[in-house]
Amino acid sequence: MAELTRADVEHLSRLARIDLSDVELDRMVGELGVILESVATVQQAPTDGVEAMSHPLPLANVARPDEVRASLTPQEALSGAPEVDEQRFSVPRILDQD
Amino acid sequence: MPLIRSSAAELANLMATGEASSVEITRASLDRIAEVDGEVHAFLHVDAEGALAQAAEVDRRRAAGEELHALAGVPIAVKDVVVTRGLPTTAGSRILEGWVPPYDATLVTRLREAGLPILGKTNMDEFAMGSSTEHSAYGPTRNPWDLGRIPGGSGGGSAACLAAYEAPLAIGTDTGGSIRQPASVTGTVGAKPTYGGVSRYGLIAMASSLDQAGPCTRTVLDAALLHSLIGGHDRMDSTSLDAPVPPVVEAANRADVSGMRIGIVKELTGEGFQPGVQKRFEEAVQHLVDAGAEIVQVSCPSFRYALAAYYLVMPSEVSSNLAKFDAMRYGLRVLPEGIDDPSAEQVMAATRDAGFGDEVKRRIILGTYALSSGYYDAYYGSAQKVRTLIADDFARAFEVADVLVSPTSPTTAFPFGDKMSDPLSMYMQDIATIPANLAGVPGLSLPSGLADEDGLPAGFQILAPAMKDERMYAVGSALEKRLHAAWGGPLLARVPSLVKEA
Amino acid sequence: MSTSTTDALMGYDEVIERFDPVMGLEVHVELGTATKMFCGCATTFGAEPNTQVCPVCLGLPGALPVVNAVGVESAIRIGLALNCQIAEWCRFARKNYFYPDMPKNFQTSQYDEPIAFNGFLDVELSDGSTYRVEIERAHMEEDTGKSLHVGGATGRIHGATHSLVDYNRAGIPLIEIVTKPMVGAGERAPEIARAYVATLRDLLKGLGVSDVKMEQGSMRCDVNLSLMAKGAEAFGTRSETKNVNSLRSVERAVRYEMCRHGALLAAGEKVVQETRHWHEDTGMTTAGREKSDAEDYRYFPEPDLVPVAPSREWVEELRAALPEPPAQRRKRLQTAYGFSDLEMRDVLNAGLLDLIEETVAAGGSPAAARKWWSGEIARRASAQGQDVPTYAAGLGLSPAAVVELEGMVTSGRLNDAMARQAWEGVLDGEGTPTQVADARGLQLNQDTGALEAAVDEVIAANPDVADKIRDGKVQAVGALIGQVMKAMKGQGDAAAARALILERLGQPS
Ligand SMILES: [Mg+2]
Ligand SMILES: [Zn+2]
Repeated sequence: MAELTRADVEHLSRLARIDLSDVELDRMVGELGVILESVATVQQAPTDGVEAMSHPLPLANVARPDEVRASLTPQEALSGAPEVDEQRFSVPRILDQD
Repeated sequence: MPLIRSSAAELANLMATGEASSVEITRASLDRIAEVDGEVHAFLHVDAEGALAQAAEVDRRRAAGEELHALAGVPIAVKDVVVTRGLPTTAGSRILEGWVPPYDATLVTRLREAGLPILGKTNMDEFAMGSSTEHSAYGPTRNPWDLGRIPGGSGGGSAACLAAYEAPLAIGTDTGGSIRQPASVTGTVGAKPTYGGVSRYGLIAMASSLDQAGPCTRTVLDAALLHSLIGGHDRMDSTSLDAPVPPVVEAANRADVSGMRIGIVKELTGEGFQPGVQKRFEEAVQHLVDAGAEIVQVSCPSFRYALAAYYLVMPSEVSSNLAKFDAMRYGLRVLPEGIDDPSAEQVMAATRDAGFGDEVKRRIILGTYALSSGYYDAYYGSAQKVRTLIADDFARAFEVADVLVSPTSPTTAFPFGDKMSDPLSMYMQDIATIPANLAGVPGLSLPSGLADEDGLPAGFQILAPAMKDERMYAVGSALEKRLHAAWGGPLLARVPSLVKEA
Repeated sequence: MSTSTTDALMGYDEVIERFDPVMGLEVHVELGTATKMFCGCATTFGAEPNTQVCPVCLGLPGALPVVNAVGVESAIRIGLALNCQIAEWCRFARKNYFYPDMPKNFQTSQYDEPIAFNGFLDVELSDGSTYRVEIERAHMEEDTGKSLHVGGATGRIHGATHSLVDYNRAGIPLIEIVTKPMVGAGERAPEIARAYVATLRDLLKGLGVSDVKMEQGSMRCDVNLSLMAKGAEAFGTRSETKNVNSLRSVERAVRYEMCRHGALLAAGEKVVQETRHWHEDTGMTTAGREKSDAEDYRYFPEPDLVPVAPSREWVEELRAALPEPPAQRRKRLQTAYGFSDLEMRDVLNAGLLDLIEETVAAGGSPAAARKWWSGEIARRASAQGQDVPTYAAGLGLSPAAVVELEGMVTSGRLNDAMARQAWEGVLDGEGTPTQVADARGLQLNQDTGALEAAVDEVIAANPDVADKIRDGKVQAVGALIGQVMKAMKGQGDAAAARALILERLGQPS
């Protein structure tokens, strides 16, 4: 298994939107390396032809009728917001990422 | 016996016969919290006013002759990962500091409707990630058996408040052992129902396909009573089982194991388990034999991949489930230093760095890696296949055994700081509890005694097939009876008083 | 305001000469369900901000999704109408990326297991030919919230100081319909794109699953386009032009991108794989986000939802209950009604097909139905800025009125001119055709003696014309009928007059 480099961890932290400090990055490269080596043992399991399990129980077709239920009030909806304006969530400028 | 030492079933009796009111019982719990929680730190938030109001309401209803739930009026503590309308809910994280949810989890709605006063919210490892409660952003909870030791985790607060007699009942959640391992190291009882047995609506998700809420109590019967109350179908949770709650109370009351086949899982005993823990386990097995059970040896060879599979599946789901904590709609918002006019993206990244602790960040990064293109098949994909192998192992084992047993946790409570610098050694705490989460089967832990080498509680784990939760209550209750007889009372009678001599 | 300088463009003819376009279209359709895809919040368009939100669609900690049954049913019906196979078992997946208007920072969508796949849609082009658009997949997902960009120029994202987010739209069910790459469209590519979107819109409207209002965003189109040099086999680098939201824009955007790519390639430059923004006002696209390998959505099966496994019986029930595809219905009705292509086009442009079909069903003739629902009523409707069906509904006018009017003509009570008067009265709100005719005293003169007298008189007065008719110039009869009708003071039966004149002059009628 390929070693996890500092650049890899930096890339992952960007994907995960966590602005890790240099100290954190350095530490995490080492820690994740050890953990990854350990979890990579799943690849030794005899999984040829084995189905992947995404749900512990084999349920299917759970749906609800298309009936309106009460929504929150706007006050409730916005109650936790760091900033509110015009009954909307006020957020910092959104970079043009589409 | 003082009210705080009574079990929930006993308190229910006292109220039914008019010997105690819910207000008296609730006040006794609140007084005890005021007295000892400074030391124990089981609670992140205490709602004395709300609890007493609920207690008074139940007393009024009882006086009016209304038919009430068996546990009506018995106060309860709720793990802080469960959302409670009007009560701060942080999941032990800085990123949710001060957040007051505008809605109740389904299980909280059921508690309120049944009239259980909610004492407050209990401490936990941040977002339920950890086995020691040291990862709480608000400081650790201390084990009432030894204040220098961990109470287990992630639900250390829910277990410790029981052992410290601060509450007779608590709610926990168990993703890899977070109900059972704390129960094990605090000498209390905890049960993880079959996946889907208790609604997950309103549990702040760690790993959706593994999370399950359940009862934390001091007796097996109390666990069954609480399980029965919070269990059952919920149309707000697509993964909720649409089936009646298994007859757990009846099984706990009957406590009958005669003719039952008890399977000892070869892979979950012996090497790696503390000698005192192992010894108490073997004695407990003998008690079951004495009670008429039959012992069979089973092997689950895929269990040795369980920890690795767990530490891929869980972080993968974590990386996605925790993406919503981004400073836009609720919770913490941190502006990055040295940037004049930060973008939403920069604020998200700064907030998530400041608001999440190290263990949470580790798991998010690990999960982000396991799901990323090019690695998915090798990591997440393989882990999901291992889940199938583990479920197959369980299925084979349950062909020859009615339940499976093992020590709950490989060790007793360890001192603070022991494993903080070595994540892998911390992860090993859940080696015996994780397989049940991966396969969705139910598990229960109850005290098996004190380990000889340190005098601290050890736990006994019982696993049952999916939707056969009643079996673990039957076995647990039978074992508890025999152990109490052998000890001359419950194990918790021996917990230190915590009150400084005047 | 556009942020980039004008792109170099190659002439369209030169593009066609040198390159083959490869085009793919992704259409997002908001379903018209009463509630959102995964929660019970209402979906009313234009509601006050953040009034249709709950823990689920706000992505509050602890909330869980539950699938809307009608959302699944609509997805299957759309798949069937697009001639797709319907998955026997499929799952939702999480598409992970951060964006402030997406509450959970993942979109619940479908990835490698769409509910519908491998279909096609035949579209008719202006030259009467049919082009088959292959459908790759149609899958279920959810919409995002809406951001209002504040502080910059005219609400644009660039230069804004902050944004205000309304999550009412977040979680509204979307069906994403993706075509396979269309190769070999050549110069018809822009027209095909437009025709495809138009045909799809009609189809979805006919299914009743969406109001498909492109101007309100309930149907949105992304255009993927690349060019390859004539004779090449490998596709070129594509651009993805987002949110092209009118039929005309779809056509223009394809054309614009073809010309832009052509100029780049001819200059030896590389086409950048990126999203492009379409600007309705200038008819141009500008660069958006560059697609790099940094983009990694980390799809995995949604653990909070269980698989969807529609039974074959249910799928067949839904298939059997599908309405006839619009194109097929149009063709069938045109043949049945004997309308010319020109007549049919007018009928469709005026949106009269449903009314005509109902009128025929009520016993009217196709010709009369077409005649009475066009003409005067169309003039009045357009003066009100309405289409005929809306206008007629406003008057409480049903197909039965046309049938009644036609019956009065065929029974001989009214001639054509009288029928027109009666219809005007109906449109003026004076009552049913019979009531108007009674009130206005409209009644053909049924006195055959009077008619014979008038005919004989007119023939005698026009010997030249009569001779022409005797010689076989039957079309000249019109002039004589006019005079007969005049003599009858408008109350004569023109058809009877015609027959009588021809008989008198020895011609077969
Ligand atoms: Mg999409
Ligand atoms: Zn909602």
